Amino acid sequence: MVSASIQTAEAPRVTGASLDIDGVSHGFELDGAVLEVLDDVSLHVAPGEFVALLGPSGCGKSTLLRLIAGLEPPTRGRLSEAGRPIEGPDPSRVVVFQDPTLFPWRTVRRNVAVGPEAQGTLKSSQGRIDETLALVGLSKFAKAYPHQLSGGMAQRVALARALVNDPDVLILDEPLGKLDSLTRITMQAELVSLWRREGFTAILVTHDVEEALFLANRVVVFSDRPARVKADIPVDLPYPRHRGDPRLAELRRQVLGLLGLDADW
Amino acid sequence: MSDLSSTPETRTGSIRLTLADVVPTVPRPLVDLVGLLAAVVWFAVAAAALGWEDVGDWPRTQTFAVAAGLIAAGILVVSLAGRWLGGVSRRLDRAGLWLIVLGLFFTLWQLASAKLGWVPLPFFPPPQALLEVYLDDFPRLGESILASVKLQLWGYSIGAVAGFLLGASIGWSQRAAYWVHPVLRFIGPLPAGAWLPIAFFAFPSSWSAGIFLIALATGFPVTVLTWSGILSVNPAYYDVARTLGARSRFLMLKVAIPAALPHVFVGLFMALGTSFSVLVVAELLGVKAGLGFYMQAAQGWGDYANLYAALLVLALLCSGAVSLLFAARDRFLSWQKDIVTW
Repeated sequence: MVSASIQTAEAPRVTGASLDIDGVSHGFELDGAVLEVLDDVSLHVAPGEFVALLGPSGCGKSTLLRLIAGLEPPTRGRLSEAGRPIEGPDPSRVVVFQDPTLFPWRTVRRNVAVGPEAQGTLKSSQGRIDETLALVGLSKFAKAYPHQLSGGMAQRVALARALVNDPDVLILDEPLGKLDSLTRITMQAELVSLWRREGFTAILVTHDVEEALFLANRVVVFSDRPARVKADIPVDLPYPRHRGDPRLAELRRQVLGLLGLDADW
Repeated sequence: MSDLSSTPETRTGSIRLTLADVVPTVPRPLVDLVGLLAAVVWFAVAAAALGWEDVGDWPRTQTFAVAAGLIAAGILVVSLAGRWLGGVSRRLDRAGLWLIVLGLFFTLWQLASAKLGWVPLPFFPPPQALLEVYLDDFPRLGESILASVKLQLWGYSIGAVAGFLLGASIGWSQRAAYWVHPVLRFIGPLPAGAWLPIAFFAFPSSWSAGIFLIALATGFPVTVLTWSGILSVNPAYYDVARTLGARSRFLMLKVAIPAALPHVFVGLFMALGTSFSVLVVAELLGVKAGLGFYMQAAQGWGDYANLYAALLVLALLCSGAVSLLFAARDRFLSWQKDIVTW
C-alpha cells in the first residue's frame, strides 16, 4: 500500500531526508519456524515529515524501526533514504530507544560526544556538543554520570546524543514510554519544538494514541502481527497543537476504532 | 573531618552527605574516657613487661616496655588534649575500643608467654621476641620482603595482562573462542600448585618458575571474568554506538571493554587471592628467596619468633595489595553506583 497524502504543514527549515519503504517483509527464525513480523509494508515519508506508527503491542513496529536504522537487513523488500538504499547503520539516521541506554561509564557530555567521537570529528564538534546540551537544557549536568540523572533527564541526554549528529532522520522507538505522565507531557512539547526548529524527518513508534496525534503529521496504524499498514491518517492541524482541540478528540476516536477499541469509547 | 566529608564528592561529583555534615558539631568532651582507658591499658602492657622476671632470654624486653609506654603516653595526650587536636582525636575515637582490646591482648600474651610460661616455648614466643626480629634481623627480613614483592608483582602483572588480552579476544572473536575455550576449560581449573614439580625443572631458575606459576594462577580468573564481562555487555549499547557511526574498533575499545571492566575487576580481585597462595607455596617449596623461604628457614632453625614476624609482614602486604587494587578500582570505576568499600 502506498500512501499518497503528505501533510507537511509548516516545518520551517527542512533538512530532513525522504524515506521509502517498498514491499518490506521481515521474519525471525524461532525454534526452526519462521515468525513473520512484517508483511509487505510500504510507506513513503516526505522530507521533514513527522510520522507516528501505531499498532497493537508486539506487532513489529519496532522491527520496522530497526530496519530503517539499518541495524538489520529486511528478508524481502527495499528501504531507501533520500533515494539511496539503506545498507547499514549511518549517523544520518539515529535512533532514540525506549531505554535511554546511556553509557554509564561516560559523563553526560561524553555520552553526547559518542557520535562525533565514533565518526572522528570530535575536535571540530566541541561547540556543537555544548550547543546540543544547552538545547535539551542539561548544560549544568555535563559532568554528571548517568546514574545521577532522573529518567526524564536521561532521555533528554539520549535525545541530545542523537541530535548532535544533525540527523536527517530521527527514529524514535517509544522514547517517552517509561516516563511519568507529567515528564511525558513536557517532553512531548519539547520534541515538537525541536522537530520544528531542526527540520529533521521523524519516525515515532508509540503506544499512546494521544501522543501520536499531538506530535505527528501522519499517523500510520498497523494491524496485528504480521504487521500490515491498516490506515494512514493525516493529522491536518497546525502546530503548536492544543490537547483540548475537538478535532484531536475526533481523530482519537477514529484511531482507537481502527485499533479495535471503539467499544470502550 | 575534612577528609571524611569531601572525598566522595570530589570523586563522583555527586551530592553525598556524611554524618559529619548533618549532625551539628558538638564541642568535644574535656576528657575522652575511652581514650583514657586505652592509655591505662597500654601502661599495663608496659608494666607487665617490666613487672616480672622473664622465664627465658629476651634482650628486647625493655625496648618493648618503652615502646608500649610511649604508645600509652601518646594516647593519654590525645585523649586529654582532644579539644585542640581535631582530626587526630577523631581518629582515636574510632580506634579507641580496638586499642583497649589490643592492649589487653598484648598484656595477656606477655604474661602467658614470657612471665608465667603458660604456653609452650619456644613455639609461642612473647611480643618482645618479634620486636627483636624486626629490630635486629631487619636486613635479612627486608631482603625477603623485597624478593616476595618483586616475584608477586612480575607474576601478577604478566598474568593479569595476559588474562585480560586472552579474555577480551575470546569474548570478541568466535575463532579465538573456538581454539582457546577447550584449552582454558582443560587447564584453567588445575591448581597452579600442581605445576610446581614440573615448573622447577622445566624453567631455567626457580625465580622464573615462580613467575610462571603466579602468572598462571592470576591468568585463569582474569581470563574467565574478562570473557564473561564482554559477553554480558548489553547488546543495546552496540546498537546505539553503531547507529552513531561506530565501527568495530570503537565497539571493542570504547564499548565492550569499559562495559566489561567491573567484571575484570572481580577477576583481578579473585586472582590476587590465588596468586598469594601460589607465591607462598612456591617460596616454601622451591624459590630460594622471599618471605615463604624466610619462614621455611626460620621453622627449620626453630626460630619461631622469626616465623611469626614474617607471617605478620605477609598479612600486611597482602592486605595492602588488596587496598591498592581497590584504590585503582575506585579510580577506574568511579561511575558505578554502588561499590563495596574495602
